[in-house]
Amino acid sequence: MAPISEYINVLVYLAVALAIGVLAVVVGAVLGPKRPSRAKLMAYESGNDPAGEVKRFPVHFYAVAMLFIIFDVEVAFLWPYAVSAGGLGLTGFYVLLIFTVLLFVGFLYEWFKGVMKWH
Amino acid sequence: MAGLVLLVLASGSVFAQDSANLYPQDPLWLVAVKAFLVVFGLLTAFAYMTLVERRLLARFQVRLGPNRVGPWGLLQPLADAIKSILKEDIIPTRADRLVFVLAPIISITFALVGFGLIPFGPPGSFFGGQPWVINLDVGILYLFAVSEMAVYGIFLAGWASNSKYSLLGSLRSSAALISYELALGMSLLTPVLVVGSLNLRQIVDWQDTNGWLILFAPIAFGVYAITSLAEAARTPFDLPEAEQELVGGYNTEYASIKWALFQMAEYVHLITASALIPTLFLGGWRMPAPFPDIPYVWMFLKIAFFLFVFIWIRATWFRLRYDQLMRFGWGVLLPVALLWFLVSALAKALGASNAALIWLSLAGIAVIVAILVIRGIQVRNAAPKAKGVRA
Repeated sequence: MAPISEYINVLVYLAVALAIGVLAVVVGAVLGPKRPSRAKLMAYESGNDPAGEVKRFPVHFYAVAMLFIIFDVEVAFLWPYAVSAGGLGLTGFYVLLIFTVLLFVGFLYEWFKGVMKWH
Repeated sequence: MAGLVLLVLASGSVFAQDSANLYPQDPLWLVAVKAFLVVFGLLTAFAYMTLVERRLLARFQVRLGPNRVGPWGLLQPLADAIKSILKEDIIPTRADRLVFVLAPIISITFALVGFGLIPFGPPGSFFGGQPWVINLDVGILYLFAVSEMAVYGIFLAGWASNSKYSLLGSLRSSAALISYELALGMSLLTPVLVVGSLNLRQIVDWQDTNGWLILFAPIAFGVYAITSLAEAARTPFDLPEAEQELVGGYNTEYASIKWALFQMAEYVHLITASALIPTLFLGGWRMPAPFPDIPYVWMFLKIAFFLFVFIWIRATWFRLRYDQLMRFGWGVLLPVALLWFLVSALAKALGASNAALIWLSLAGIAVIVAILVIRGIQVRNAAPKAKGVRA
């Protein structure tokens, strides 16, 4: 097992990377010219006046996100099996197979229900 | 605050001592220096990557590419950087100001932190230090988590811009990213299964004794290579930067350095991907017998090779439509990766030897080729009909 201090290294690395991002944004904000005008600050809509707030989007994206969560949980359960597959033998494999087939039936249902179709 | 820093420093040195051999560790200041070097190296690599890409694309199209600013255009990235810093930094009136500023920072931060755990040599080959920044036992999970954070940057950017085009572009991009992220996870299960470790260093060492993982998991390699193209938003899957569609995607409202940060994040993802493919499947910094193991050199060559291939693909391929992209990710890549994982798991459970695994891979490749050939014949037979309809 890796010692805890490896995770402190992760924090150090994260801090350095974050500092670079913040530095870039600050330098850009300081050095650039600042001549705002109403037209310049308008949202881009091909020259039209932007119409209304936009916070609605097709339900398709919700479906994709939910499916992602389901299958990402599946992958999360598969990692421990993948690491220790050598010691689990055939019994372990059968259990893995049952779990995967259950989820794959769900996948087939989703597929033939047409979530991934786009009209 | 100072007490906390001292505590962290102290615990770092204590832990570094008790795990001497298997996990050689650097003092914290050296880790910080290495993190700094890696980050700056990546930013320089990104800058020159843009130049190399433009030059290479030009060569593919029998023209010259940027060659005016400096000898062979070598100062072009510098000129671009200065320009983007000196441009006016616009925040649209209706944007959510905090999130609008935060999104590019999130993007670049989590793009940069993925690279640190790739080993470039044996322990102690960085002037006595370690040739990696971090060496986690859960390395692949860490990569997975960090690359999923890219979705946040993209989605928050589109949402905070408060513009129709940005929102739609960001939704498309993040839906594509999470879909391919899934196939990526599924494809990485197989090498983990074969090696039995999530630690990148151990995966590289395993490949030195047993042979490159591409021999044992060629289909996982294929799926992984394709998904990493999508993760870095490269050509067949480059909807986020589709200039001709939806006026460009999630970064429509961004200007100056913030826009550059998104581009930077994308290229850093690309560089990380082209470093991870050789690390996981092609022996990392090691080479088989006739070649000597030279730390760094082989790794840089392999990274350069994959970057070249990615640019080549960009020059020669068309872009997928959004629905084709989703159907390909969910309908082909995900089941294929899962199936291959199950087959390998069965072989492993039956106690198959490494040689048996290689034969299994050959059989797998044969099946895939057969399916492609049959499909090709079908398409070819169907083609004249479609032409007849048109005429």
